[in-house]
Amino acid sequence: MPKTQTYTLNMGPQHPSTHGVLQVVMELDGERVVQAIPQMGYLHRGIEKLAESRTYAQFIPYTDRLDYVSSMGNNLGYCQTIEKLLELDIPERAEYLRVIMAELNRIASHLIFMSSVAIDLGATTGMMFGFRDRERILDLFDMACGARLTYSYIRIGGVREDVPPEFMAATRQFLADFPEMLAEYHELLTGNEILYHRLRGSGVISGPRALEIGLTGASLRASGVDYDIRKAEPYGIYDRFDFCVPLGQTGDNWDRYRVRMEEMKESAGIVTQALDALPDGPVMAKVPKVLKPPPGDVYHRIENPRGELGFYVVSDGSVKPYRLHVRRPSFINLQALNEICQGLLIADVVAVLATLDPLMGEVDC
Amino acid sequence: MGKPMQEVTGLFTIATVLRKLLNQYLPNPQWVDMVITLVNIGAIFTLISLSAVVLVYVERKVSAYMQMRVGPNRVGPWGTLQTVADMIKLMSKEDIMPDGADKWLWILAPVLLFIPAAAVYAIFPFDHQAIFADLNIGIFYFIAVSSQATLPFLMAGWASNSKYALVGGMRTVAQMLSYEIPLVFSILGVIMLTGSLRMSDIVAAQQQVWFVAVQPLAFVIFVIAATAESNRAPFDLVESESELVAGPFTEYSGMRWALFFLAEYANLFAASAIGVTLFLGGWQGPWLPGWLWFMLKTALMIFIFMWLRWTFPRPRVDQLMAFGWKVLLPLALVNVLITGIGMQTVKYFR
Repeated sequence: MPKTQTYTLNMGPQHPSTHGVLQVVMELDGERVVQAIPQMGYLHRGIEKLAESRTYAQFIPYTDRLDYVSSMGNNLGYCQTIEKLLELDIPERAEYLRVIMAELNRIASHLIFMSSVAIDLGATTGMMFGFRDRERILDLFDMACGARLTYSYIRIGGVREDVPPEFMAATRQFLADFPEMLAEYHELLTGNEILYHRLRGSGVISGPRALEIGLTGASLRASGVDYDIRKAEPYGIYDRFDFCVPLGQTGDNWDRYRVRMEEMKESAGIVTQALDALPDGPVMAKVPKVLKPPPGDVYHRIENPRGELGFYVVSDGSVKPYRLHVRRPSFINLQALNEICQGLLIADVVAVLATLDPLMGEVDC
Repeated sequence: MGKPMQEVTGLFTIATVLRKLLNQYLPNPQWVDMVITLVNIGAIFTLISLSAVVLVYVERKVSAYMQMRVGPNRVGPWGTLQTVADMIKLMSKEDIMPDGADKWLWILAPVLLFIPAAAVYAIFPFDHQAIFADLNIGIFYFIAVSSQATLPFLMAGWASNSKYALVGGMRTVAQMLSYEIPLVFSILGVIMLTGSLRMSDIVAAQQQVWFVAVQPLAFVIFVIAATAESNRAPFDLVESESELVAGPFTEYSGMRWALFFLAEYANLFAASAIGVTLFLGGWQGPWLPGWLWFMLKTALMIFIFMWLRWTFPRPRVDQLMAFGWKVLLPLALVNVLITGIGMQTVKYFR
């Protein structure tokens, strides 16, 4: 027998498919992965520490920069945490607008997911289609708040301002076009034999093990665990909407892909329901100019596109948080990478990275 | 009745006129032959470099069209000079050699890749009698020369002293060796029908009906295997940008990298031209001159290759091998068998 030895390959931080600045140190046996250790910290900005020197309202723009493809979700999570601390009541219209924005952002984020799966598997056109349609959602956000990526639209006590009248028509038009878009993706990507065989059966993680690691979001539901915070512990007004939680069975790459594709459809349904039920009224509660929450601590979590986003805030009664911690779903989901990748090929590592869908802004925080 | 169109405007007629002209000025026929040969070589190299320039532009425009983008539109009218601008950029770039590279292998690899890519152009029947060397083993020459392209990829991968390049180089060898066999077997059906390896005979045999109608399965196998042979997506596992950055080309820059690129497009044109000659009737066609027919059909084949590239994701390396050995090769063998049975049946009934 010829003697073989393993070698180390640094994938990243400058690599076309590590979703930003992730470095994966891989120990390889030929093309087979013995170990794939993610190295993080290239995008670390010390956001949690920065929070301690900002007032509660000043921190909202920083949340935009956590998971920067679903900033609405981050805004929502943070603001609801502070509202929980302040025990504020939010106007109905604001609650509905928040749901509309969060769910539209979930679709936008999953479109990015689909695009990155496509490009990481070499299907460039699939990526372009995803980005093209995400643009429609960004235009909607642009109408509502003037920003395309870092919105800071959801504020403590409500939303920044009411949406303009044309927003409603444009959103309805988008929702009307959305099934056609989905059908196009399914034709180009989901129905593609090569894509199916690339994703099916590789990168498996079982439900119990996923729970042990702390996987959340679509990656957990792909393993068959029925856990969606919107259902398990409804925040805001999510208990008023009728939607399904798509589940996978095996927890492989294909299931992670399919679950997210189905979630887009559900999110579009939620937006439709919210638009139909949208009441008139103010969009901002009466919030004091200077926010001084009572001393104490609070933990609040929401279902972000990437999983359970939690904010833990400790208040000492001053205008700034004493300590703020963010439970970032990408960071915790990325832990599973090494375990999932063992025994796979280099090409599968890229696929697993794409379907775990970590976002470096959130991983490094 | 006058001469057919092809006789008047054909490349062979032009060559005859040129030969007559040269005869007046040059002292002996050997000189004329030499000049004609040089003109032919010049024409082929012009075709290769021109087609690379045009194809890069076309590829970008086609992909832009498929992805609902605009594509290059800044340099020159409709961005047609984009490739020229890119070439100037590449030429002005620094030539970087990685530390610990195997110097001679590293320098030779892009050149050696380009040589077989250019050499196969010798046997293309561009028009009636317009073929640089009408070898009696024409198609065999194509297979033999084009398979030389495997080695430079491995050389580049090995000499770069980079792990991405090495993995890419290893993949190339595995892929090109496995796909050469179905490619050859798909061609075999055509050769059985023609009874000759000579390119001009193969074209002449398609006067009545193109071989794509007789050998549809072989044509499909040929297109798939040729895509894999010329390392284009969806079989671009050699480069596989999202995994191996750029495979064997990772460490190359400037003109050396451009040579790889040139060879890739030369190969694309070559694969399309062979497909046209074997399956789509070569230069034959009504009304238009033969060389124009040849170019049009080649353009169609190239478009099919581009279409494939911009539609499909990339298979994994083990799936690629499995597909080559377990699907394409048996199918190609079945095609050979069916062709044989068909030929015997036809012979029996005649």
